[in-house]
Amino acid sequence: MNRTKLLWAGVALIAITLLLLPFALSYAGTAWVRIANFAMLYVLLALGLNIVVGFAGLLDLGYIAFYAVGAYAYALLASPQFGLHLPFWVILPIGAAVAALFGVMLGAPTLKLRGDYLAIVTLGFGEIVRIFLNNLSQPVNITRGPQGIAGIDPVRVGSVDFSRSDSLLGVVFTGSMKYYYLLLLLLLAIVLINVRLQNSRIGRAWEAIREDEVAARAMGIDTTGMKLLAFAMGASFGGVAGGMFSAIQAFISPESFVLVESVMVVSMVVLGGMGNVAGVILGALLLAFVPEILRWTVEPVQHALFGKMLVEPEVIRMLIFGLALVLVMLFRPAGLLPSAVRKRELTHERTDP
Amino acid sequence: MDIFIQQMVNGLTLGAVYAIVALGYTMVYGIIQLINFAHGELVMIGAMVAFTVINLLAAAGMPPLVVVLIGTACAIPVCMLVGYSMERLAYRPLRHAPRLAPLITAIGVSIILQHLAMLVWSRNVLAFPQIIPITTYNFAGAVVTGVQLTIVGLCFAMMGGLALLVYRTRLGTAMRATAQNPQVARLMGVDVNRVIAATFIIGAALGAVAGVMFGTYYGVAQYTMGSVLGLKAFAAAVLGGIGNVPGAMVGGLLLGVVEALGAGYIGEFSDLCHYDMLAASLGERCADGGHFVLFGSNYQDVFAFVVLILVLVFRPSGLLGERVGDRA
Repeated sequence: MNRTKLLWAGVALIAITLLLLPFALSYAGTAWVRIANFAMLYVLLALGLNIVVGFAGLLDLGYIAFYAVGAYAYALLASPQFGLHLPFWVILPIGAAVAALFGVMLGAPTLKLRGDYLAIVTLGFGEIVRIFLNNLSQPVNITRGPQGIAGIDPVRVGSVDFSRSDSLLGVVFTGSMKYYYLLLLLLLAIVLINVRLQNSRIGRAWEAIREDEVAARAMGIDTTGMKLLAFAMGASFGGVAGGMFSAIQAFISPESFVLVESVMVVSMVVLGGMGNVAGVILGALLLAFVPEILRWTVEPVQHALFGKMLVEPEVIRMLIFGLALVLVMLFRPAGLLPSAVRKRELTHERTDP
Repeated sequence: MDIFIQQMVNGLTLGAVYAIVALGYTMVYGIIQLINFAHGELVMIGAMVAFTVINLLAAAGMPPLVVVLIGTACAIPVCMLVGYSMERLAYRPLRHAPRLAPLITAIGVSIILQHLAMLVWSRNVLAFPQIIPITTYNFAGAVVTGVQLTIVGLCFAMMGGLALLVYRTRLGTAMRATAQNPQVARLMGVDVNRVIAATFIIGAALGAVAGVMFGTYYGVAQYTMGSVLGLKAFAAAVLGGIGNVPGAMVGGLLLGVVEALGAGYIGEFSDLCHYDMLAASLGERCADGGHFVLFGSNYQDVFAFVVLILVLVFRPSGLLGERVGDRA
């Protein structure tokens, strides 16, 4: 009884913090609300990838391709490029569906592959998508190639335009703040789906496939269908995140969908603790925020220590990032918050060499 | 036909370099099942070190061949050292960790090396000094340069040397034993840690040479060059069957040739104006020798991956790979 009360108090506290966070952040600077929004996009991506990597155990190194597909679907359907301006609640499902289709397109031919073979094929798939986006400006101009698509419509609900400030009851809500709340809603829905999935029939089937595919099939699990479902679901999350990215940025180009981004999302999942929703969220938030914090601190610190800037902040940021990846893995190889199953595996002996 | 032979020559040169880099991936994978994502950075560091040395010596008026040799001789130990430290610090402590952990440290190491290189050599594209006089030979209508011949020759020599090492020496036997079963190898008196370190060092040395070759062939080096090259080489290793030494060689050469031929011909093949029926419907865009090219040569990088996916769909463990058990 007391525990449930405590739990609810905790939940309420977190909810209030999350609701008030944009106001606190906007004191530190309007940029921080935007940074928080991008961090949430990364959480969305990481949760989507977690379905594929964490639940089903299929290492996907080209996940950013689905993000790209979602982003471009949104951009093409709501920008001057083709003169289409569909509302966002029509486009987001379309983006999710197209991304899911791409997920199946990637999943179907690679069903037989496992482990590292799958990793390289997914990586190649990501590169192929990016190269196509880069070159589909010839002979018919679809994506405008490396120039990217600009002037993408913001999210509009009724008369509320998410790219402008509005005031409600005397409180001013900037565009970024409105996106923050929209993303928060989306995030809540996706976290809920993730948590519910994990303990469902499907989630257990994925876990079985991850642990031993042959045994899973012997137990009557439709491994083909389940794997495709994992790819499709993971991809559709990526597609939704991509659509939101398009709307927030109002401009996209293939630059945003490079391999490093895929690697970043995989790092978030593994660093946080594969298969554990809370861990994945933590990993994504850390990897999204820490580089930003470093960006704002590295320069002043250098000025204070040496009186001038010795090394570009960007370089130091990446060096610390790389070092952090190595160190965290050395000391917590199963991630910061390992999932229960992983923990069990780690404490038992390993049969592999 | 001339274009065909020319592209074959170019493709073989590129493929030979891919093969040498792929060997580094495949040896490490074969022995500890790790995708050493940072291997491409070793190639980059090799090219960079050689660039510095060659740049310093080019002004001294030494014969060009000696300069390049000294550059390579400096690059190899540096890469060996980096390769060894990488294994010792980032991979050895994780040998019994979950499979993805060393992959993430490899990514971390790759990021660190790339940005350290950027600090040392700046973010600019560095142009190798043109010191080797360009000698060309005509071969069946294609132009072959001396550098190309040297690269292909050297690569085949190194592959031969490596094959001898792996299949004919004590170290090679120890390596194959460790790859098969580290526990049993240890029981047989193999110092597993030393063998694994040796594998990394040999792979790094090969990577260094590949870096110098790539740098002198294209005449440029940049701190990011390792990632794309590494990616292609890794694709080549998987194509041939990862963990399989001859497979990496075959995969590398095949990938190079496919890429060169693809880039040479795709524009022509995908020009819809070549096909009468389609040309008629396209009307004026095809009139007066116009073109409607669906895919230009800027799709070159796609070939490596399309071929890779196609091969893996039909042979899930690569061209020469052994059938692995279902428990990955």
